[in-house]
Amino acid sequence: MTEVPEHLLRRSKERRAALGLPVPGGPEAGAPGASAPAEASPAAAGDSEKIPPHLLARSQAQGEGQAQPAAATATAGAAPAGAATAVATAPPQAKGPEGHTQRLLTVVKAGSIQDVRATPTDKVHVWPHLLIGEFVACMAMSAFLLVFSALVNAPLLASANYNFTPNPSKAPWYFLGLQELLTMFHPMVAGVTIPGIGIFALMLAPFSDRNPSIKPEDRKFAIALFTLFIMFWAVLVIIGCFFRGPGFNFTFPWRDGVFFDL
Amino acid sequence: MARRLRGNGNGSGNGNGHRTPGQRLAEVGEKVRGSQAWTSIFRPGSIFRKGYTDSPRNRSYVIMNSLLYHLHPVKVKRHAVKVSYTLCLGGLSFFLFIILTVTGIFLMFFYRPTAVSAWNDIRTLETSVSFGLLVRNMHRWAAHLMVLSVFLHMSRVFYHGAYKPPREFNWVIGVVLLTLTLLLSFTGYLLPWDQLSLWAVTVGTNMMGYTPVFGTQVKFALLGGVEIGTDTLLRWYVLHVLMLPFVIVIFMAVHFWRVRKDGGLSGPL
Repeated sequence: MTEVPEHLLRRSKERRAALGLPVPGGPEAGAPGASAPAEASPAAAGDSEKIPPHLLARSQAQGEGQAQPAAATATAGAAPAGAATAVATAPPQAKGPEGHTQRLLTVVKAGSIQDVRATPTDKVHVWPHLLIGEFVACMAMSAFLLVFSALVNAPLLASANYNFTPNPSKAPWYFLGLQELLTMFHPMVAGVTIPGIGIFALMLAPFSDRNPSIKPEDRKFAIALFTLFIMFWAVLVIIGCFFRGPGFNFTFPWRDGVFFDL
Repeated sequence: MARRLRGNGNGSGNGNGHRTPGQRLAEVGEKVRGSQAWTSIFRPGSIFRKGYTDSPRNRSYVIMNSLLYHLHPVKVKRHAVKVSYTLCLGGLSFFLFIILTVTGIFLMFFYRPTAVSAWNDIRTLETSVSFGLLVRNMHRWAAHLMVLSVFLHMSRVFYHGAYKPPREFNWVIGVVLLTLTLLLSFTGYLLPWDQLSLWAVTVGTNMMGYTPVFGTQVKFALLGGVEIGTDTLLRWYVLHVLMLPFVIVIFMAVHFWRVRKDGGLSGPL
């Protein structure tokens, strides 16, 4: 017989105690798994590994023949007190059509073991439905990049010269928003504090936005805030790229030209 | 199959043991396709394997048995393959990263990160190396495009609410990837060693020098000295071609892995 796991034994003991049933291997029988006293009959041993007395009695009754159904209860009645209580509360010993008897071992609720989500989802094969799309997107991007690179050259200005500062000197375009802030704030605020807080706030988005819905109509505030955030940066970057001339002063690109290299 | 063909060649070829070039070619083809190398590379489900038919089983094998494609699950939600949902932005960011790696390796063959030779190397690359100008242009424009596509990808994800549980962790990884993308672009900005890069980086590193408490140390470590020079160039070169790509690949792997572990794309809305 296989070893019953420790935690199942413990659970069964707790359950039996809660139902007011005698606990096998309980205080009167010592530690679980302890061998029953030698003089006790196998049916009375109270050890969970042994055949329960009422089943033994039933099989004995079967062996004696169908003609003596009363013998089963008689044998069961003869069992020691502990087992007798168990028989009394056991489910009625019904017999199947073939004379089979069945015993309900345990009822396991599905939810306690595995999370069954029966919601059907509409799925398609990655090949070809997704891979074709990815392939086309990659080819289109490659073609665009190739054509654009053939037509537009990357800037290469004069060799670096410490003694000549170009006017204006600009950061790469994605940092021009920060450089724009530099005209308004102390460098520590513009260059470290604000971008630091920005990155940190972005990371915290899922933890600060506890609204579980993903429907746009339910999250107007979040969408408005984020749109404001990216518009703020976009406007600053555009100003920095196109509306800043010599001395980083405000200009109009259609009046003074563009002071900007990518 | 190969053995059978050989038998046929002797029996029904032209009668005297000679085989036509077409038959020989077919035979070689059969041999190659039966070889261990071929069957190891093209696993069941590959269209380069005999007996590929369009069946659900083979469609699954295409994904499962491919080193590259098994980034994807075998099946995805129907709305997730719509271009209008993702605009391909995440995938294109990754594709641009691959283009940048390939073109970047090409550029590395012609570039020495010292103040004396860097600019001249770029100049030589543009004027005397076959496709040098084109590849450099592609590298530059792909870099700018990648910054843009990563940013747009983040916006797309935000507007779809795709950062919500269970995807919070992956959103944070994504923000790290955005930061790494900016750093990769910025470190590459210095390498041509022209007036544009020198002074753009001067503006950038001056700002970093204002980091509270250890600003001076941060600036010193980044520049490899008190002002931009050859040491800065070497430092940023190593950051640009080795360290940051290494780090970003790790984060990208986690990012892609989490996409699948969190149940694929979010939605539909």
